[in-house]
Amino acid sequence: MPDETKSPSQHPPQGDSKPSAEKPAAPATPPKPAAVATPAAKPAAAPPKAPVPTPTPWDSPMIAKLRRTYGSGIEPLTYAGQNYIVVDRSLIPELLYVLRNEEKFDYCVDITAVHYPQREKQFDVIWVLYSFPRNERIRVKAQIADGATLPSSVPVWPAANWLEREVYDMFGIKFEGHPDLKRILLPDGWQGHPLRKDYGILQQDNQWVQINLGIESGQ
Amino acid sequence: MTNQNTLSHVDLETPEKPFLDANELVINMGPQHPATHGVLRVILRLDGEKVLGLECVIGYLHRGVEKIGEHRTYTMFNPYVDRMDYVAAVSNGLGYCETVEKLLNVEAPPRAQHVRVILTELNRIASHQLWLGTHALDIGAITPLFYTFRDREEILKIYEKYCGARLTTHAFRIGGLQYETYAGFEKEVKNFLNFFRPKIDEYEELLTTNRIWLERTKGVGKISAQDCIALGVTGPVLRASGMKWDLRKAQPYACYKNFDFEIPIGQNGDTYDRYLVRMVEMRQSVRIIEQALGALPEGPIMAKVPKVMKPPAGEVYHSIEAPKGELGYFIVSDGSTQPYRVRVRPPSFVNLQALDLMCRGQLVADVIAVIGTLDIVLGEVDR
Repeated sequence: MPDETKSPSQHPPQGDSKPSAEKPAAPATPPKPAAVATPAAKPAAAPPKAPVPTPTPWDSPMIAKLRRTYGSGIEPLTYAGQNYIVVDRSLIPELLYVLRNEEKFDYCVDITAVHYPQREKQFDVIWVLYSFPRNERIRVKAQIADGATLPSSVPVWPAANWLEREVYDMFGIKFEGHPDLKRILLPDGWQGHPLRKDYGILQQDNQWVQINLGIESGQ
Repeated sequence: MTNQNTLSHVDLETPEKPFLDANELVINMGPQHPATHGVLRVILRLDGEKVLGLECVIGYLHRGVEKIGEHRTYTMFNPYVDRMDYVAAVSNGLGYCETVEKLLNVEAPPRAQHVRVILTELNRIASHQLWLGTHALDIGAITPLFYTFRDREEILKIYEKYCGARLTTHAFRIGGLQYETYAGFEKEVKNFLNFFRPKIDEYEELLTTNRIWLERTKGVGKISAQDCIALGVTGPVLRASGMKWDLRKAQPYACYKNFDFEIPIGQNGDTYDRYLVRMVEMRQSVRIIEQALGALPEGPIMAKVPKVMKPPAGEVYHSIEAPKGELGYFIVSDGSTQPYRVRVRPPSFVNLQALDLMCRGQLVADVIAVIGTLDIVLGEVDR
């Protein structure tokens, strides 16, 4: 029990020093082309045996087709044998429709987000897609700014309903046109969105103790 | 750009009209209800006994596992994943370890992979046994519960001997296994297989042709393969709808490609077919374990992994076929000792979304049967 309470308190309650101090610009680099990522990631692996893997471009008939339509709006990358496409936010509903209807990505596995507070466009929103006919997995990634919205993909895949609600609950990203966008795992009256990096893990606890017990939290 | 909704026959936004302008009745089921398998709350809209629509309220068991992951090192987070689907903790561990191994670009040695497969398939049997016992109990058959728990005990004993824990086992380590198998492990697993094979027949004798069981499960909670895909439903539920898809075959992980086994499928996508599919899956697991035991190689059990794990910056999604469906982990590394983001794609959470569609037009008592047949674990739904 003492271990459990002590280890979180090493991080300040607001938690915003953690991403800036311990986690420098490295997370911002993977989506960028290899030239930028290599120098930033190299010092991490001091033993020279294995070269540091970096995302590299990939190509396929599907990508060639998408490139003809969308040009530089899409950036296909591969990392650790897994393919993903970084796309411009403006392409979002359209490209998802194309992937489902024409490229047969009929199964929306997951929708999630990652928060990079030091970036101008703070959020990566990620769709993990799978195609039953092709037995192929792909990820679509778009960057959006804090407060910006995304069109809902519930009309594309009904499975997106709860997944988008969870992204809203945890990150505060709103999906336009979602049939019932409300919190899903946390109670309706909850303050803040916990998976943002600036949401400290003691914040809610301190608040509850202050309001309900009228004392300062002992943590 | 089309605007068609891919769900075939049900508009989930608006509930069905009550019969003869009867008053629609809204009743609450759970969160404290013995048949909701934990703390699931369901708000039912009823016309008499007929379900017009329902809404799930979840999150009562939310522990913030994904947030915890960002504040723990890769090694420290490993035991936490066992607490999501706590009846299939070994599968959770396998998915997590394999994902981090992908990030680190290492592979577990063959002996470790075989032991992993043995333990994971034992866990699939244990999970299905628990499902069968509780599901049958919900519907009114008490006997299977005692049978399945009696036999499940044998699996838990093997786990206890192997790693000291029965349920939240933390059996695997990133890069392989921490413990070599104990003396007599192979013999005990073999004994269990011989003991267990006739037990499946025993379960089937109780239920498969039981008239009450047939009445309560045939045609109940039907879902088509097309709707399963649209709603992202995987695992035995998808297979019972006639879709032959199993990640162990479609995108083999660990050493599953070495083994010969069948993927059982159903035809009608109802509760009875899902029951049959899971029964066959138990038999297939026995087959896989047998082959893995026969081919268990000698050698190291741990790959070369650094003591302080710092996977290179990057992101990886990896998923396995857990007893309940596709269990995925999406981990973002920034090159430090702690994951930058851990996302868990739990099968139960996504499968539960189909509850509304499967219960429409059914009776209240069938809702219980459908919750049971979806095989959800609330620890995994809420994380």
